[in-house]
Amino acid sequence: MIEMQDAAYGYGTEPLLSDLTLQLAPGSFHFLTGPSGAGKTTFLKLCYAELLPTGGSISLFGQTARGLSRDGIADIRQKIGVVHQDCRFLDHLPVSENIALPLSVTGKGGLAQDANLSELIGWVGLSARAEALPPELSGGERQRAALARAIIMDPELILADEPTGNVDWEMSLRLLNLLVELNKLGKTVVIATHDLALIRAAKQRVQARVLRIGGGRIMAAGADL
Amino acid sequence: MSIRDDLMALVRGDRGADRVVPRSGQSARLTFATSAAMAFLAVFAMALSMAAGRLADRWSDALAQSSTIRISAPPAEMESQTWAVLTVLEQTPGVDSARALSDEDQQALLAPWFGPDLPLEDLPVPRLIEITETRQGYDADGLRQRLAAEAPGAVLDDHNRWRRPLAEAAGRLRLLGWLALILILGATGAMVTLAAQSALSANEQVIRVMRLVGARDSYIAGAFVRRFTIRALTGATVGVAVGLAAVAILPSARDTAAILTGLSFSGAGWLWPLIIPPLAAATAYAATRIAAFRTLKGLQ
Repeated sequence: MIEMQDAAYGYGTEPLLSDLTLQLAPGSFHFLTGPSGAGKTTFLKLCYAELLPTGGSISLFGQTARGLSRDGIADIRQKIGVVHQDCRFLDHLPVSENIALPLSVTGKGGLAQDANLSELIGWVGLSARAEALPPELSGGERQRAALARAIIMDPELILADEPTGNVDWEMSLRLLNLLVELNKLGKTVVIATHDLALIRAAKQRVQARVLRIGGGRIMAAGADL
Repeated sequence: MSIRDDLMALVRGDRGADRVVPRSGQSARLTFATSAAMAFLAVFAMALSMAAGRLADRWSDALAQSSTIRISAPPAEMESQTWAVLTVLEQTPGVDSARALSDEDQQALLAPWFGPDLPLEDLPVPRLIEITETRQGYDADGLRQRLAAEAPGAVLDDHNRWRRPLAEAAGRLRLLGWLALILILGATGAMVTLAAQSALSANEQVIRVMRLVGARDSYIAGAFVRRFTIRALTGATVGVAVGLAAVAILPSARDTAAILTGLSFSGAGWLWPLIIPPLAAATAYAATRIAAFRTLKGLQ
């Protein structure tokens, strides 16, 4: 699905990340942890071609990232659902339309999707807020709406960047449960977080691989997690 | 997406795409107002061009296929030289008919300047002979040479020295009208490009979100192109309507008409301004499409 071989990324001469060699296999569940500024978000951006590697190679769904055209990147992103820490909504559209945005922009929207959309909005617990505008939502509601938008295209891979960063513990567990459910449906999940309690909670529910980023490199985390 | 697909999408519309890009009031008003103003000016440029064309045709038609011979001779020789000229003209290929103006005709010609009581017989007024040419015309140089031999007091005026500069001036005026139209279209394109670039920059965050969820650049560009094309079309339609109304209420041409009083359309000419809105829309379409793809290329 995603394969990195000695991949590196950096601004100028100093690499932010280097020697990235790993594979994200279909159906796997990964946590990406490390201190703030270590490069977790940069790693995720490399996974959905928001950034391209400055060294080594990254293969996304069998295609070399650096060789992708603009349309190629768009096609890859239709297979990846991304949940950003800041959610990135279109504030002039109601929540339901924001969630359905991937369908609209790929021409897959329509009446046939309405039932699935309602079901999905219900699944993330936002039925009562479907017509609200994003600025009117609480932090937890925004994260759930972002998750719904990330999975509406039935992506093979879900990347979540600090999805529990702005929510309380109860909501964090709720979001985690949604992601675990998706993983059980066969989706590959990568969650970037510095919340170790969340990782421990997840390990009781799912077989997760924990990767730690530090010193510009990525490594498997210790057994203490 | 090809331009053909783009055009089909333009006609069909895409409610989803139209909603995704927020309505930006300033660029919308700018595009609408610019298109309306430019279309208004284009109507006048077109009217000017067509009026100049009609004037050129009128001057050409009025003076074409006719010429004049002026005979200045002592009174004793006037009659004989007149007959000699008429005889030469009878034998000249390309001359359809020739007629010596009578005293009454000449008096009528001079009346506007000297009044109706002009004693023509007391004045050394030259005799005028009016020539009507055939479609092929005659050889003016050859005729001049024969006249010089047969009637030394005869001077041929084939109106070319009047007709040519007038027709040339009118023709250039017509050209200027079309040039103004092209410049207006160019200015419209430039203004729409600026407005589109401004809208694209203002919506950079929207574009990033659309890309994040898998939108292709053609889809994003299409949303902007459709919006600006429709605005330009609507604005130009309003501008043409107002321009046509303004042309219609201009003073109409009379016999003493100059170019200003003849600034209007005639007959089917009133339909010509209807091509301005589609032209403005096509210009906006091209300008926005180029601007959108250029801006999107620059956005990482």
